[in-house]
Amino acid sequence: MRNKLSWLAAPYVLWMALVVIVPIFLVIFYAFTTANSVELAEMEGGLRGLFSMFTLENFARMGTYTVIFTRSFQLALVATVICFLIGYPLAYVMSREGPGFQRTAMVLLMLPMWVNFLLRTYAWMSILENNGILNNFFEAIGLFSLINAVFGTDIQYFHMIRTQGAVVLGMVYNYLPFMVLPIYSVIVKLDHSLLEAARDLGASTAGVFRKVIFPLSLPGVLSGVTMVFVPSVSTFAISRMMGGNNQMLLGNLIENQFLGGAYNPHLGSAIALVMMIIVVACMWIMNRFGEGEERAVML
Amino acid sequence: MAKELIRLENCTMAFDGEVVLDNINLYINDHEFLTLLGPSGCGKTTTLRIIGGFQTPTSGTVFFDGVRINDVPPHKRAVNTVFQKYALFPHLNVFENIAFGLRIPKADPENKKKVKLPEQEIRSRVMEMLEIVNLKGFEKRRINQLSGGQQQRVAIARALVNQPKVLLLDEPLGALDLKLRKDMQNELKRIQQTMGITFIYVTHDQEEALSMSDTVVVMDKGRIQQIGTPEDIYNEPKNAFVADFIGESNILDGIMRADGVVEIFNRRFQCLDGGFEKDEAVDVVIRPEDVDIVPEDQGQLKGTVTNLTFKGVHYDTIVDFYGFKWLIQTTDYCPVGSRIGIKIDPDGIHVMKKSQYSGMFGDYSSYSEEYDEISDATLVPEEAEEEAHYEE
Repeated sequence: MRNKLSWLAAPYVLWMALVVIVPIFLVIFYAFTTANSVELAEMEGGLRGLFSMFTLENFARMGTYTVIFTRSFQLALVATVICFLIGYPLAYVMSREGPGFQRTAMVLLMLPMWVNFLLRTYAWMSILENNGILNNFFEAIGLFSLINAVFGTDIQYFHMIRTQGAVVLGMVYNYLPFMVLPIYSVIVKLDHSLLEAARDLGASTAGVFRKVIFPLSLPGVLSGVTMVFVPSVSTFAISRMMGGNNQMLLGNLIENQFLGGAYNPHLGSAIALVMMIIVVACMWIMNRFGEGEERAVML
Repeated sequence: MAKELIRLENCTMAFDGEVVLDNINLYINDHEFLTLLGPSGCGKTTTLRIIGGFQTPTSGTVFFDGVRINDVPPHKRAVNTVFQKYALFPHLNVFENIAFGLRIPKADPENKKKVKLPEQEIRSRVMEMLEIVNLKGFEKRRINQLSGGQQQRVAIARALVNQPKVLLLDEPLGALDLKLRKDMQNELKRIQQTMGITFIYVTHDQEEALSMSDTVVVMDKGRIQQIGTPEDIYNEPKNAFVADFIGESNILDGIMRADGVVEIFNRRFQCLDGGFEKDEAVDVVIRPEDVDIVPEDQGQLKGTVTNLTFKGVHYDTIVDFYGFKWLIQTTDYCPVGSRIGIKIDPDGIHVMKKSQYSGMFGDYSSYSEEYDEISDATLVPEEAEEEAHYEE
């Protein structure tokens, strides 16, 4: 790809080097050092000091956070699966309909994205609060009195905010378009004659979908899954706003090490590094899994 | 022996009020190699898609083996299609592409239960097909690792492995280069004869149609212009369109003076045609190879050579007769400007009724431009107009 215009990419390459490559090395450096070990090394000086600076201490503490790691990956996985279950049919139906429907659906899908992310999430908070819009609505239609009458309980509201469910809802709501768009754009570009050929060879409508449309849409599914899963794993705003303090995720944990009371950028870096490695490993496995299809579609 | 298999009765097809097929009547016999031939937008692909079940005619009836099949979807017809751009499944390898139809459970006619073919049988049938299309050893290849000709063979194998009664082929050789196309023509004919099934073939290439078919159906503007054997179509074209579309033709205005006597340029010629009204105005077709060049004083007509092109086997000679230019194919060398005479045997003259196409074709006055178009086959527009209807 040697091109006379390749120098145009220079600013971007420089930018990438400054804000991506350098920080990654900084993170790695911080992760393998502690405040103490750096201080010690400065005192000792020389080559010995340099060696004694590096330590695995931060990683040794990782076990403490198993719960948060598990919760983060679990919630992100659940959110991704739900996004897929909602997003795939939506993308499929959109791609089969006429251009007018496609445009309208696209605008409706993108509309929330034009509103500020925090604002959107705050809106959900005020809906889900114990005395929020949804509970008030249930109150108004007499749902609580009905339940209390039938079961003999004393329910004043549904506890929705500050639960894992609320966090997942926030993830699904915010990241759903990232699932729909790549799937939609793959399906809409499928060669119509492939579908006719499958029909011709005896496949029913369900058969055409199962044997042709779905396998050929897998590259879209893969990028959709990546684009939902990765930000879900590392989110801290959604979990803080929708999950309160009960549902701390990796994002909040890391944030706490840099900006919060637990100030320890060395530990924060180590956690971030471990998370990054797990995410990259997940993506790598998934891409291996879908490699054949990817190549097929590039044809 | 010839048993009727498919019949189209008064089939009309319109898209958004635009008539694409105009009252087509056509029957197709079992074991026949039938070609739908015509220029882009003549309705040939639409006809094929109606038989395949991808389109339902606006009016009219389609019969298969005597049963009305207008509303039978493609996957329930004993018909398979080889698509124009092959439409092979890119996510499957050669073997799985061919096995696609076999892997779909079929309803058992006796107890209505869906049954799957045993893997063993699928394997042996795919392998047998691969052998028929000369692709042994390619079963593991991915589709994008195949050349155009190989993809073509996979597409044919994928359709034939289902043992359809009829194979529909939509310009299957259009994307191949000339040499490969010739090879595949022979191959297709051979496959058709080995398998003993009906082929319905769509093309705009008249040479392909003549050399492969048992029956040729010439179409234009949504109508069937002529149905016949390749010899019939070439030797006895029904109207000026057919005469012009199939091979080269000089088409002249004539007057039928009596049975066997036609007048051209105020001279009477003997011919073999009859059954016209006395003094009826007719179109006369004279094929360029049926004209004998003789010394000027012995000719039935006398003219001046205005253009000469060496074509290898013969010369394409353009001769001006009283202001009307003819194409004559001859091995005699007649320099430009020379005066010559011509003789035409009675069997070289074909008389046709006047039609809507009269006067539109068969004049070589604009020879050079026209020749450019004819010889540059790549300029023939792909089925652009017809493709627009695929969206339906």
